[in-house]
Amino acid sequence: MPSVDIASPAVPRAMPRVSGLWVLLALLAIMALLPFVASPYVLLLMLPFMGYGIALLGFNLLFGTTGLLSFGHAMFLGIGAYTAAALTSKFGVKSFELLLLAAALGSGLVSIVTGLLCVRYTRIFFGMLTLAFGMLFHSFLFKFYAVTGGDQGMRVLRPLLLGMEWRGGKTAFLTGPFYYYSLVLFALLGLAMWRITQSPFGLHLKAIRENAGKAAYVGVQIFRMRLAAFVISAVYGGIGGTILAVTTGLADPELAYWTHSGNLVFMAVLGGSGTFAGPAIGALVFVLLQDFVMSLTQYWRFVMGGVLVLLVVFLPQGLSGAVSLLFNRRNGGR
Amino acid sequence: MTELVDVILGGTFHAAVLFLVAAGLQLVFGVQKLVNLACGSFYALGAYFGITAVGLALKLGLPPLLFFPVLILAGLAIGLVGLPIERVLRTIYRRDESYQLLLTFGFLLMFQDVFRYIWGATPRTMDNVYLVYGTANVLGVRVPTYNLLVIAASIAIAVGLGYFLERTKTGRIVRATAENRDMAEGLGVNASKIFALVFTVGCMLGTVGGALVVPSGAASLDMAVELVVESFAVVVIGGLGSMRGAIVGALIVGLMRAASISLMPEMEMLSVYLVVVLVLIVRPAGLFGKATA
Repeated sequence: MPSVDIASPAVPRAMPRVSGLWVLLALLAIMALLPFVASPYVLLLMLPFMGYGIALLGFNLLFGTTGLLSFGHAMFLGIGAYTAAALTSKFGVKSFELLLLAAALGSGLVSIVTGLLCVRYTRIFFGMLTLAFGMLFHSFLFKFYAVTGGDQGMRVLRPLLLGMEWRGGKTAFLTGPFYYYSLVLFALLGLAMWRITQSPFGLHLKAIRENAGKAAYVGVQIFRMRLAAFVISAVYGGIGGTILAVTTGLADPELAYWTHSGNLVFMAVLGGSGTFAGPAIGALVFVLLQDFVMSLTQYWRFVMGGVLVLLVVFLPQGLSGAVSLLFNRRNGGR
Repeated sequence: MTELVDVILGGTFHAAVLFLVAAGLQLVFGVQKLVNLACGSFYALGAYFGITAVGLALKLGLPPLLFFPVLILAGLAIGLVGLPIERVLRTIYRRDESYQLLLTFGFLLMFQDVFRYIWGATPRTMDNVYLVYGTANVLGVRVPTYNLLVIAASIAIAVGLGYFLERTKTGRIVRATAENRDMAEGLGVNASKIFALVFTVGCMLGTVGGALVVPSGAASLDMAVELVVESFAVVVIGGLGSMRGAIVGALIVGLMRAASISLMPEMEMLSVYLVVVLVLIVRPAGLFGKATA
């Protein structure tokens, strides 16, 4: 069996080059029209997708582009969520822009400290160290009841968007103004991430993924580049976590638990981590699939686990890999 | 003084069980280079199955004094579930580690619901059967004799495992395969068989560990995911792939937890992760590990 690298597209690119950015923008355009046709229920499902989608864009800069697999990335979602919770319910800060800024700063700062230690390692050691940090944070959230509310979590109050107060019920707020706000945020962060991956910096990261030693010889500063990727991915994670927390109205320790990190990796591989838009699409499919399976049976973990097993064994390139496979086959293969 | 003895005994008991799971993890990593996230599920599986097996044995009129061997046998028997799982894992041995982590993560998720389906969502306990062995007085502290039995069993298993790996012919072949799979195959070793054997033994270590812990505790759905991170901590502290590391790591984690529970309960797991982070900073390969890849 040939060796398959999870991070690089093994399927030859016979497809006309559909750039990942266009795939993402097309998806977002559809989502912009969705409120005209879809039920509030579907729109409410789209909100966690946007939170995860943003987090996954960042996660894949680390995983797909740089080749570092973090098994503790949920920590940054947790930081974003708890920042939103603490600011709204303890300090009375309601402006969503300030929440985002604080979440980005908080997760960025934490990631600089942990990143300095983590990015010295690669492969399984990187995964284990990030997992240890993630669980460190989780047990802090879980045990320090007075500060974090322990297993009860912390409530997240409705924020002001653009300094304006929004009346109406929770669903109306979430599916109306908050939906569009998050969508615009998603689009902006997607554009930014596209610029990052296409920049010389992004090329440095890819070079590091392919061959760190060679990259070092031609002058790539491996440590700094990896650290930068780690911090950027953490900032995206923090912002994604803030959206998730506002959506559910609650920040709870489960957000930072290691199985949640595992779900993030699941989403990335489901969509295909070798592509730009793949992980975001993976997040969408994951959210929809989980909701669908949960409505069918209480044993949804079994089904999701089974999907993951089948995916890893038969479709390691994820859904985007499947699409290019189909396309190649129709063109007589290559 | 009694408090100290209490902490040491409690910590050692926990360490004895942790060692078994961590040893399974180490064995599988050492030979197959595979980090098995499902080790926690094997542990929980052993615990649940142990309850069922002992309950059945008592119902069939077995004297309660014999429940200890029944538990061990139950753990060993259910450990055979490792065989079919290894068949699936076989498809991805030559792939990137991320796939292996994910595949075993998938198994972990599936097992969660298997437990829920068979044994229900509420924690299961095994009444007070373990008190049939009475209690022992260790330096002024009364502990259930059962706990001492578990510690002894764990030591015996550690010695047996060491003997198997170092002294027997199969053990040598296992170590040769771990060192260099292609070379071993070139010399006529059937590596697939060795892998199946190693994974099943690793699985059994986990299930026996779970079976041994359950009489004095409870089997719950959370135990799998919680144990994964604890045994990861053990493995990271001790060094990936090292059996000696598993012993030392398990003792450190077990005692650390017992000490924090009696001194500062909030620090229970936090202290363990702090040690992990500290070890990784000072000795990235762990206390007994080889240099990092």
